[in-house]
Amino acid sequence: MIRFIFTRLSLIIPTFIGLTLAAFFLIRLVPGDPIETLAGERGISPERHAQLLAEYGLDQPLIVQYGYYIQRLFHGDLGQSIVTNTSVWTEFKTLFPATLELAICAMIFALVIGLPAGVFAALRRNTIVDQGVMGGALIGYSMPIFWWGLLLIMLFSNTLGWTPVNGRISVMYFFEPVTGFMLIDSLLSGEEGAFASAASHLVLPAVVLGTVPLAVIARMTRSSMLEVLGEDYIRTARAKGLPAYRVIALHALRNALIPVVTVIGLQIGVLMTGAILTEYVFSWPGVGTWLLQAIMRRDYPVLQGGILLIGCMVMLINLLVDLAYSFINPRIRSSR
Amino acid sequence: MTVQASTPTQSHEQMSAPPHPFREFWGYFSANKGAVAGLVFISILVFCILFADLIAPYGFSGSNTDIRLTPPVWQEGGSFAHILGTDAIGRDMFSRLIYGTRYSLAIGAMVVALSIIVGTTLGLVAGFARGMVETVILRVMDIILTLPSLLLALVIVAILGSGLYNAVIAVAVVILPHYVRLVRASVITETAKDYVTAARVAGAGRLRLMFREVLPNCLAPLIVQASLGMSTAILDTAALGFLGLGAQPPLPEWGTMLADAREFIGADYWWVVTLPGIAILLTVVAFNLLGDGLRDALDPKLKS
Amino acid sequence: MKRSSLLATICLPIFLMASAASAKTLVYCSEGSPENFGPSINTTGTSFDVMVHIYSNLTAFERGGTKVVNEGLAESWDVSEDGLTYTFHLRKGVKWHSNKQFKPTRDFNADDVIFTFERQWKEDNPYFKVTSSNHTYFNDMGMDKFLKSIEKVDDYTVRFVLNQPEAPFLANIAMQFAGIQSKEYADVLMKAGTPERIDQDPIGTGPFYLVQYQKDAIVRFKAFPDYYLGKAAIDDLVFAITPDASVRWAKLQKGECHVMTYPNPSDVEAMKKNANITILEQPGLNIGYLAYNTQKKPLDDVRVRKALNMAMNKKAIVETVYMDTGIAAVNPIPPTQWSYDENLKDDPYDPEASKKLLAEAGVKDLTIDLWALPVQRPYNPNGRRVAELMQADLAKVGVKAEIKSYEWGEYRKRLQNGEHMAGQFGWTGDNGDPDNFLNHLLGCDAAVQGGGNVAKWCNQEFQKYVSEAKTITDQAKRTELYKKAQEIFKKEAPWFTIAHAVQIGPIRKEVTGYKLSPFSRHYFYGVDIQGK
Repeated sequence: MIRFIFTRLSLIIPTFIGLTLAAFFLIRLVPGDPIETLAGERGISPERHAQLLAEYGLDQPLIVQYGYYIQRLFHGDLGQSIVTNTSVWTEFKTLFPATLELAICAMIFALVIGLPAGVFAALRRNTIVDQGVMGGALIGYSMPIFWWGLLLIMLFSNTLGWTPVNGRISVMYFFEPVTGFMLIDSLLSGEEGAFASAASHLVLPAVVLGTVPLAVIARMTRSSMLEVLGEDYIRTARAKGLPAYRVIALHALRNALIPVVTVIGLQIGVLMTGAILTEYVFSWPGVGTWLLQAIMRRDYPVLQGGILLIGCMVMLINLLVDLAYSFINPRIRSSR
Repeated sequence: MTVQASTPTQSHEQMSAPPHPFREFWGYFSANKGAVAGLVFISILVFCILFADLIAPYGFSGSNTDIRLTPPVWQEGGSFAHILGTDAIGRDMFSRLIYGTRYSLAIGAMVVALSIIVGTTLGLVAGFARGMVETVILRVMDIILTLPSLLLALVIVAILGSGLYNAVIAVAVVILPHYVRLVRASVITETAKDYVTAARVAGAGRLRLMFREVLPNCLAPLIVQASLGMSTAILDTAALGFLGLGAQPPLPEWGTMLADAREFIGADYWWVVTLPGIAILLTVVAFNLLGDGLRDALDPKLKS
Repeated sequence: MKRSSLLATICLPIFLMASAASAKTLVYCSEGSPENFGPSINTTGTSFDVMVHIYSNLTAFERGGTKVVNEGLAESWDVSEDGLTYTFHLRKGVKWHSNKQFKPTRDFNADDVIFTFERQWKEDNPYFKVTSSNHTYFNDMGMDKFLKSIEKVDDYTVRFVLNQPEAPFLANIAMQFAGIQSKEYADVLMKAGTPERIDQDPIGTGPFYLVQYQKDAIVRFKAFPDYYLGKAAIDDLVFAITPDASVRWAKLQKGECHVMTYPNPSDVEAMKKNANITILEQPGLNIGYLAYNTQKKPLDDVRVRKALNMAMNKKAIVETVYMDTGIAAVNPIPPTQWSYDENLKDDPYDPEASKKLLAEAGVKDLTIDLWALPVQRPYNPNGRRVAELMQADLAKVGVKAEIKSYEWGEYRKRLQNGEHMAGQFGWTGDNGDPDNFLNHLLGCDAAVQGGGNVAKWCNQEFQKYVSEAKTITDQAKRTELYKKAQEIFKKEAPWFTIAHAVQIGPIRKEVTGYKLSPFSRHYFYGVDIQGK
């Protein structure tokens, strides 16, 4: 086990170094220069331009810049946004909870609907229920979610008026963020109706972001459940005359969930891609919108920092999933 | 281990003369109604790509502000001149959707072709060369996989500049690792098999081994991956178009059409928002159906 | 636990006030996040909209106009005969905002004025480099060149001495970059070792103070009870940051905000029909144009430029692209700008005359590259579409135009280097002075490589009038000179003037007293909400 963890960790280091290289050099390849872009119509004189380049350290040879970058990185300094002159970490810190809250709620939505749907479809294999669930799942994971978001806004916010158009909570509620998670903060604030407001703002984006994972989970649960139901021990359990729900709940489901857990882990990266689009459609104040803006404005430090932080996060989650999986299923350790 | 109900028929077929592989494949494939439906729909789309000029009543560009935002024919104010209505500057929606196949679908195909060619080559190289080369290729693929695909595609488009073909490259890079990993894994399993050893002993060169012996044997999973990859490619290029970084107006790529239509979600012009999305959705569904069907037919191991 | 109960005690009274309907909250749907709260560093309108509420300046623009009035921190001022010395008499008893770290011990005085200007001017000022040393506007307005000294005469008198007479000076210091910051606050922060907080947790003397800022979500202000012109009519001011124009419009319709900015041109029609919405309109202080590179053949020939001007259908361009949000432009300055010459006639749309003129100039089979703005700008909502329309028009007179574009920063740089033949560009006025348009965009100094005069057009006669107008302070005399300059501009046609974007301000019916600003500021002092 320790050996497995060790080899798995040793894979992470080159990937991390590669990630810093990618984050740094890819972005230098982007044409355009943040200072020119910032200058707008008025432009900027060559002298001031040179002076500012020097101030941001952008006049050094690339390799030297990379060196400084790594050095600062080890001190936990991700640099400062060229547009806002605010530290990248501070901005990430204030925006990330919004993305995380959205992603968690989307995942909960996907699990709460996807798991039972998958189990149900497996138990009613080849019935209309099964076909309905699978058809729905097919549409779900074929969904262009940016369009799905527009559609839901059009229907629920504009035509029916059931949900607010955008934002995280009605502006009428005012409290300082404690955790950054609006659902929790609104409860802590003790203001009447604040939680309901936060929830009503969250529901559409979470549904949109959760759609693809929901479909994937439903499909995966179904096929993994079917496989388990065909196994000998389930037949034995059934033959022994155990009640059907016990067989399903105690034996089948538990084993069927193992591959599902992996799939959920792998969906995190996919979820980030979805988050960029969802945030864009709903003007959600999270990391996705932040990175999109950084690309448009050539804000190098923000892009670098963002790519690095998100890359590390995905890496970490993949590692955890791997480790968790190897705990559940010891065979995997030797077969790798 | 377990006795499957389907085994007797299989062994029966094996005992009699083996059927032609294509007929066997078609037998499996055509039994899957969804897959056939997907294939039919895709054929229609391909027809649209080829004959868009004949099918579409109008061109995809130009403008006529007098008839802007005419609703579809079945709604009050619609007319048969524009069955699916017109967009913000009076272009025929139906024609633009038809021409859109050229940009959305054909682009998806280009993306997949590009990543298959590059991915297969890298995968073969990694699988055969092993050692340092393999490590480097795999690590690079790991890094690509660590980044959210859209984010990486956005950065690449920012580097190359927005536009249709640059979007193709960006999306191709993003989906590359799947092909590399797939081919490399197949190469490693195949090279361990007896026939390859035999060929090698018989003095077959490396290239011959790669392309004549090993590659044909990885074809089945590649085809499946390609078909499923089409759906990812179409979705990703549409997403880039939607963010304004893919195809540029007036090209009627469906994602770009949605980006243009975004300003109308507050108004009553539902058709400009709804129709391009439906086109994307149906196409992606068709490719997913086809991919599932192909997988079941080509790769009996994966069948559920 | 302790923290949340503390929060509850702070927040509860505020909320109770809100629910008791005694507090008036105005919600403004803004287009983006401010960069930060440092007045001298930022250049975007989005930041200025925030700053204008927090900080006050020595002089002020009249609400909804470009005239400089004495509603700022200087009660009055004297200008010496030679126009070189400005003496400002400061308002007494002006209070500073306060926040958690800082409780002001004194009123606003001359030290604060000197600190604000030296921060941007003197490199040895400890605050020069804080946040950024890029004090863009201070330099761009030429303050670093024409400012000779700033002296404190006494606590409530400050004297500015200039190197040369500079008529726009009083307007310059009413601009957002010259918003006065507190010297006392700066000292406190410096001692605490956190000087950068000065631009993050702002302290000003303006009508509102900042309570909360959540990037990409919200900017929340409260009315400052001790504001020197009296407390604002509304109690709470909220900027709900909403980047998408159609979403802003949806929120306005639902009453989730009272005022919105930059509507989609295509929504304006629906807005006008909506009974709950009032539309305010005002031609903006801007110009969108197509600049001919007058140093490249055959565009150095005025006949060719005139011919091209006559070939393009301006009316169709404005109607298709700007719709209700623009008016066709005749002069290089907008009609709201004083000294605008109403008597000048635009070149007519006349393809036949155009062909004739081209033939006369001996130009055949002309191919030009036509540069299209890559991004949406306040003066041009869709550069690409404008270019496509121009291309079609030019084809009709036998001129082939190839549309080109670059990334925005790159585009501007290349344009200013004169790499184009014809390129779209534009300008939004800074200080309401004609010099800011005519000299900056068409003057000989700016016609050098890299300069802001992208037509690279240098006309001695034009320059003579513009230079002379800058040195005198009498507005009537200046108007005369600027009108003559505009006449020459029209005769020489270095640009195809496209349009002036019209500001459209949709507001809810219950909002009263709101005025559009020609500088595109969104300012809510003096605004009230009825019936709540």
